[in-house]
Order: sequence, then structure tokens, then C-alpha cells
Amino acid sequence: MATMLKYEDKDLKVVGTRPIRPDGVDKVTGRARYGADINLPGQLYGRVVRSPHAHARVLAIRTDKAEALKGVKAVVTRDDFPEMPVEFAAAGELIVNFRDVTRNMMAREKVLYDGHPVAAVAATSDAVARRAARLIEVDYEVLPHVIDPVQAMAEDAPLLHEEQITEGVDPAPEKPSNLAKVFNFAKGDVEKGFAEADLVIEREFNTKPVHQGYIEPQASLASYTEDGQVEVYTATQGHFVIRAQCAKLLQMDISKIRVIPTELGGGFGGKNNVYLEPLAIVLSRKSNRPVKMTMSREDVFRSTGPTSGAHTRIKIGCRKDGRITAAEAQLDFQAGAFAGSSVPMASMCTFTRYDLENVKVTGNDITVNRPKVAAYRAPGAPISIFGVESILDEMAIELGIDPIELRMRNAAKEGTQTYYGPTFGPIGYEDTLKKALEHPHLKEPLGPDQGRGIATGFWFNIGKETTTTLNVNEDGTVTVILGTIDVAGGSRAAMAMMVAEELGIDVDRVRPQIGDTQALGFNFVTAGSRGTFASGMAVTVAARKAIDTMRERAARTWDVPVDGVVWEDGHARPASSNVGEFEPLSIAEIARKSGMTGGPIAGHAEITAEGAGPGFGTHIVDVEVDRKTGLVKILRYTVIQDTGKAIHPAYVEGQFQGGAVQGIGWALNEEYIYDENGTLQNPGFLDYRVPVASDVPFIGTEIVEVPNPNHPYGVRGIGEVPIIPPIAAISNAIHDAIGIRLREQPMSPPKVLKAIREAGNGAAE
Amino acid sequence: MARYHITTTINGDEVDFLCESDQTLLSVLRDELVMTGTKEGCGTGDCGACSVTVDGRLMCSCLVLGVEVEGKRVETIEGMAEGEELHPLQRKFLEHAALQCGICTPGLLIASRALLERNPDPTETEIRYWLAGNLCRCTGYHKIVEAVADAAREMREV
Repeated sequence: MATMLKYEDKDLKVVGTRPIRPDGVDKVTGRARYGADINLPGQLYGRVVRSPHAHARVLAIRTDKAEALKGVKAVVTRDDFPEMPVEFAAAGELIVNFRDVTRNMMAREKVLYDGHPVAAVAATSDAVARRAARLIEVDYEVLPHVIDPVQAMAEDAPLLHEEQITEGVDPAPEKPSNLAKVFNFAKGDVEKGFAEADLVIEREFNTKPVHQGYIEPQASLASYTEDGQVEVYTATQGHFVIRAQCAKLLQMDISKIRVIPTELGGGFGGKNNVYLEPLAIVLSRKSNRPVKMTMSREDVFRSTGPTSGAHTRIKIGCRKDGRITAAEAQLDFQAGAFAGSSVPMASMCTFTRYDLENVKVTGNDITVNRPKVAAYRAPGAPISIFGVESILDEMAIELGIDPIELRMRNAAKEGTQTYYGPTFGPIGYEDTLKKALEHPHLKEPLGPDQGRGIATGFWFNIGKETTTTLNVNEDGTVTVILGTIDVAGGSRAAMAMMVAEELGIDVDRVRPQIGDTQALGFNFVTAGSRGTFASGMAVTVAARKAIDTMRERAARTWDVPVDGVVWEDGHARPASSNVGEFEPLSIAEIARKSGMTGGPIAGHAEITAEGAGPGFGTHIVDVEVDRKTGLVKILRYTVIQDTGKAIHPAYVEGQFQGGAVQGIGWALNEEYIYDENGTLQNPGFLDYRVPVASDVPFIGTEIVEVPNPNHPYGVRGIGEVPIIPPIAAISNAIHDAIGIRLREQPMSPPKVLKAIREAGNGAAE
Repeated sequence: MARYHITTTINGDEVDFLCESDQTLLSVLRDELVMTGTKEGCGTGDCGACSVTVDGRLMCSCLVLGVEVEGKRVETIEGMAEGEELHPLQRKFLEHAALQCGICTPGLLIASRALLERNPDPTETEIRYWLAGNLCRCTGYHKIVEAVADAAREMREV
């Protein structure tokens, strides 16, 4: 059943307040149990053997020495996993192909990146498991490798997949290549549009792969039983999708796999897919013992996550008044070892903030010798809009138009048709720009070598399959079982608040909890900023069903028609004096007597949430550039974003701030660095430098509320938009500060210093 | 391999355990004593998720060996609340929404307490630099800094 619940403007008592999050106390006391905190009696410890080569044929794997080591109970290699045919499935915002998923979790013919798993062992202690891993001998035939996306498309580039024929090109090429698929989006006539332009700017931009950088490494614990059932504890954004992937990869019935999601120590898109789970299950099956597997930080960097590095070419034409006449983009995205980067979404996001007649976007999905990319918060969008927002900044300067005003003149609004199809309903993009124009941030004075930049972002947001069960307990308190993981943004708090609002009770009388895969029907992974939107819709449906049941119980108690009973402030009341004079019945009174009026009271929802509202944001940043060191310091930062409706404003601010700081890290420091052999040189937090507290200032936030008409509380997804603008905004601010435009990320001190020196711009030796 | 018998004090309780010579205090806490409130984010002293104090000094427990805490006082997140009473920092983290996924929170709380014991009235900059060894990927640090400053204010008034 598709579900769209209309937004109603009503007096709110709970929604919009800032209660303590229900998972908070456990998290400040160390009680919360994350992936690596779960243990089972008799468990073994598993470790993965990983490829030291970026690209090699796996000629032989010898496990006998490892198996002979005392304490080793099981070893698995490619021979323990069935071959998978080409079959696609959605997993988060990216599409996976099971032929590739099985090869990514355990290499088959070839290893395709430094860190690619080739074997795994389970032993009585972690120390023995590590020793055993070192005893596994693999014969490799090392092959030439390629990491850069442009080089990977060259005629003579080392080929990752000998059978890969480019899709999306007509006619199909005869020869295989690393170009897996081409995505084309077009509207109008760009040639005509560029001909009408007074100013055309075309530039190229380069970005490096960056990692989601969640602080909790992947951890999974599997316990396989003699009757073919398995329990899996794992830190994931989507336990139902993990279950589905394990069932497929291991050819098991879905009903035999119970996935119990642990508290999640960060994901940001990186925990949508299987890595350790199938290995732990098979090791457990072979050893008849529970098997716990955790990744080291180095494992995390070498074999999970990162987003694409990319090369983009952006061309925009506009008239003297700043109105854009045509926009064109080519996006070359690393997919990593297997096809399936975020380039389709990046393509659709590239120009979508603007109301354009003539657009052409080509997205190239390119396989390279790097870990298979995973989604990372608004997958691809920060990369594709970097160039667009940079060029618009150039245009604003060239035309003498304020950069916010330039965007206002082109802004998408209700009724704008996107170049990938849909027409926007009510959206808040212009509202964020107006708020930016009026913002006191713009009046802050800037000193020498200081500059200000702005940039804007858009993300689609999604809904998808969502289920929930709401139980009215015997005392009138409520437990809500949720199937959509709280990826940390506070969705459990938001769910409790929406349920309390619906039922008319205090929020601390509602206890939300994530249910495992046996407790509820399928839920999609928490991706696409769907958590509070989709789960909020589901809990509203469930609460309204429970209310209907409670009205029926009151009607039965009073012996009146159910239409004569209304629900207000946590009580069933007669709809009018015509119904009769009855004392209102509280939820507690109805619950207490439920055994005598028809049985326990619950509400369920099994829905496909539709009508997710698109999100837009505008960021303003002030930087100071140190000409001696190349260090870019963030002086001030303001995030302005349309939330639809902020259920829990503190956690909305938290998303804005956290996303912006991830974006700041992406802009200024983060990058995967490979040596000439394709070995990752910085697989640790010392050399892969995410922002620390002293790197950033307070992040100002402005919540704009243009309600999503398709959600009962007007909610739009909000989690992803905040990471989109920072790279572009910071690049624009650096230009404003020192007059040098950086079109490569990261804008780290050595690169900024090099650019300053090349510009001969007064850098001290 | 011979295991060492170590006697120490953890959160005020005398505790003894056996550990390997190369076993970290973090591993002892999590794997031997099943005190999983202290988290492992990197194992190389770069993220601060495993912060504890040893004889009052803030340390990454992944960089301390189990054998080194013989006769010492170890404080972990499990000992931060007093009975039913949360430490003011714990309370302020909740009130200020200063945590999201929470995996860094135990380390940040331990580090923040160590800061306020030395400096009851830290500036924003002092808070930011003191906590620079504790990575948080969710919050952007804004609400954490506010929570620490607010807790310091409250603790000074008591």
C-alpha cells in the first residue's frame, strides 16, 4: 500500500520541543551496546586475510598451515561461497549486483584493490586468529592497476573486468573497458542555450575519494545452529537488507536468518551493505560456534566505504542579467572495484537547484582498483555541485551580481520541472536564499586574507518500505517497535514525539525501540534521509489505528456508535452532548480494561512511504588563508536549510552542524592517498585527517520550514543536504580571500600553498 | 604464553585480572572484564574513543598495556555517574543534544571531566584544543563544546 498522509496545520504540544533522546542515558553511561560490544558464550574470533595488491590474479590459496594451528576452528575462502549470477538489488542509495557483492566480500578470480578479502579464519582467541591469518599463503599474479578515473578510461588502461561492456551507449562497444555505464540526462537544447548566452564558462574539477569516517569499525557476530538457523548481531543501517543479502549470497531462506541490529556507531551510508556478515555466518556454520568479527581501523579504510574520487567538466552559459541559458556537465566517477557509483544521483543533482530550460548531463561510472564505493551522505552530490557553484561564483563576480542574488534569479521553485523528470511541489530553496540575504553573517567584517563564500545544495530524499508496531501497554504507556534504524540522528526521539503528539500523551510515556528482523516486516535501509520522514509516517498510521481501536472500546463501554467518540488530549470523549454525558476515558483507563473490551490494543503500519519532500540548503562560510602555510581556517559558518518541519529542532541543528563539518573535512583535508603500487598510504586517523574540535568554529544554523504536504507533520529528509555545499562554499571563500580559485579537493595546506606560489601571489619562502 | 596477574583499582573497586604481556588496557577492559563502555575506534591513539584516566591522567587505553596499571587507579565511563545521579557532564550532554551515535561519547565525557578537573573555567578555545584528541563524526562538535561549557558553569556554582 502506498501511503501519503496530508500535512495538517494544527496546534502542536510535543513536535517542535526538545526532549532528552530516549537512547541518551545509555550512551552517556557506556551501557549502549554497539557492534563490538556483543558477545556470546563460546564465541570464536574471526579475522580476514586481505590482498596486499591493488590488482592481481589469485592463482592459489593454501590454508593447511593455518588450519593446523592450535585453536583454529574454521577457515573460509572463495570455495566456501556459491557463484552468483548478475542480479541487481537496491541497497541504500546505490544499486548492488550480487555477482559483484559476493566477489567484494571474498575475492574470486582476482583481487581488485589493496585490502580485498581473500580468506577468513575463526579461532579461539583474536591473537590466534591473527596468527592464523598470517599463515594463509596466497599466490598472486600481480597485474597493472589503475586508480584515476580519467586514466582508467584510456584505451590501454589496465582492465578490471574482462567481460565488462559499457552499458548506456548505443551502439554498444565491441571491446570491454573500465567504463561500466554511461548515464545521460537531458532537457531542451544546450547548443541553442549556449548560443543565447552572453557569458559562457567551462571548467574542470577534481576530487579525491573520501571515507565516511564513522568512529565505530564494522563488527558482526553470527551464531549458526545445527538446524540451519542463524542469528546475526551487526552494526548496520539496514538489518533487513543485510538479511536479504546474506540469504541471497548464502542461498538460505530469509526466515532462517535473524539479524539483530546493535546500536550504530555512525554509518553515513557506509553501513548499508554486507562486509563481515556472510563471512561470520559461514565461519560459524563450519565451526559450530558463534563467531565474532571486528574490523581494525586499517581494515575499515582499506576495504569499506569510500565515496568516489571524480573528475568533472562543467559548462554554464548565462545572459548579462545572470539568467542561465544552458548548463552541461560530464561527471567521471570512480565506482571502485565494481560498477555502481553514485554518479546517477550526482548527475541528477548537478543543476537541480536551478530552473533551467537547457541541460545536458553525462555521468560515467568507471571501475578502478580501489574499494567498491559505498554511499556517503548525499552520495555524489557534493562532488557534482562543486564545479557548478564554483562557476556561478565566477559568473557573479564577472557580471557584478551578488552571488545569492544570482542564485535567486535562477532558483527552482514550486512548479519547476527537473531535467530528470519530476516537477517540484512546494520547496524551500528560495526561502533559504532569502534568509541568507538577510542573515547577520553577511554583515560580519572581513580582514586581510579573509573571504566569504556561499554555495547551495539539493537532495531528493526517499521514503520506501517501512513497518512499525505500536503497543498500548496495560497501564496506558506505549511502546513503539521500529524497523527503520536510528542511524544516530535521533529518529527514536522524533518517533516518540510524533506518537505522543498523535495520542495526546507525554513523550516520556512513549518508549521507542528498534525491532530485529523477526519482529517486523521489511524495512528499507536508513538512507536517503528517509528515517524521520518514512518512519514518522508509519508511526502516525499506527497511532491513528490504535486511536480508532480505543475509540471503539470507549464506544462499546458507553454503548454509543463509534462515530460518537472523538480522541482528544489522550482521552476518548463524546463527540457532542447529543451522544450522551460520559466522563472522558483516558488512554490508561481504556488500556486497563482492554482485556474485557476486546483484547490488547495495538496499531500497526506496513507501508511504502511516498512523497518525500526534496531538501535545499544554503551555506555561508568565512575563511582566513595563511599565506605562509597554506592553512585555511574556518572563521564563521552558517547553515540555512528547509526541513519541512523540525520535529526535534536540536537534532535538526545537529544534522546541519555534523553534515557541514563532514563537508569541511572533505573540502580541506580528507583524501585517499595511494602509492605507485596502488597501496593505500593513509589508512588511519592520524594520516586521514577528519576535522577535530579545534579545526572548526560554532556552526550557526537557521531552520526554514516549508512543510512537505505529503507528510502528516510536514517532514522532509534533512540529513544529507548539509554535506553538499561546503566544498564549493569554501573554495569560493578562498577565492574571495586571496583571489585564487581552487578547483581541486582537498584544499589542504600543501595544495593551497602550491597554488599561492604558482600564482606568485606574495607567498613567503 | 604466560599471563600476568595484575591487581588494580577500577572506578573505586579493587579488580584483578590476567593478561598477556602485549595486551592493551583497552582489551583488558573490554575483553577480560567485559566493561564495554570504553570504545575502540582506531586502536592507534588517534580517535580518543577509548579514553580513560589512570591515576587521574587522561590516556588512550589502547596505548596503555594491561600490565602497566598494576597498583594504579583506573577510571572509566562506567564509574562516571554517582549512584543514580548522572555526572553534570553526562546530564549536560543529554540536555544539549551533544551526542548522536554516541560511540565517541564515553571518551569525550572522560576527556571533558579531566579538563574540568584541571581547568574549571575553560574558554571555548581551551575546550576545543583539549578535546582535539577525541574524534566525533556526527555532531560537528558544536553542541559538545556548549555542553562542556555549560557543565563547567554549573559545576563552578556548586
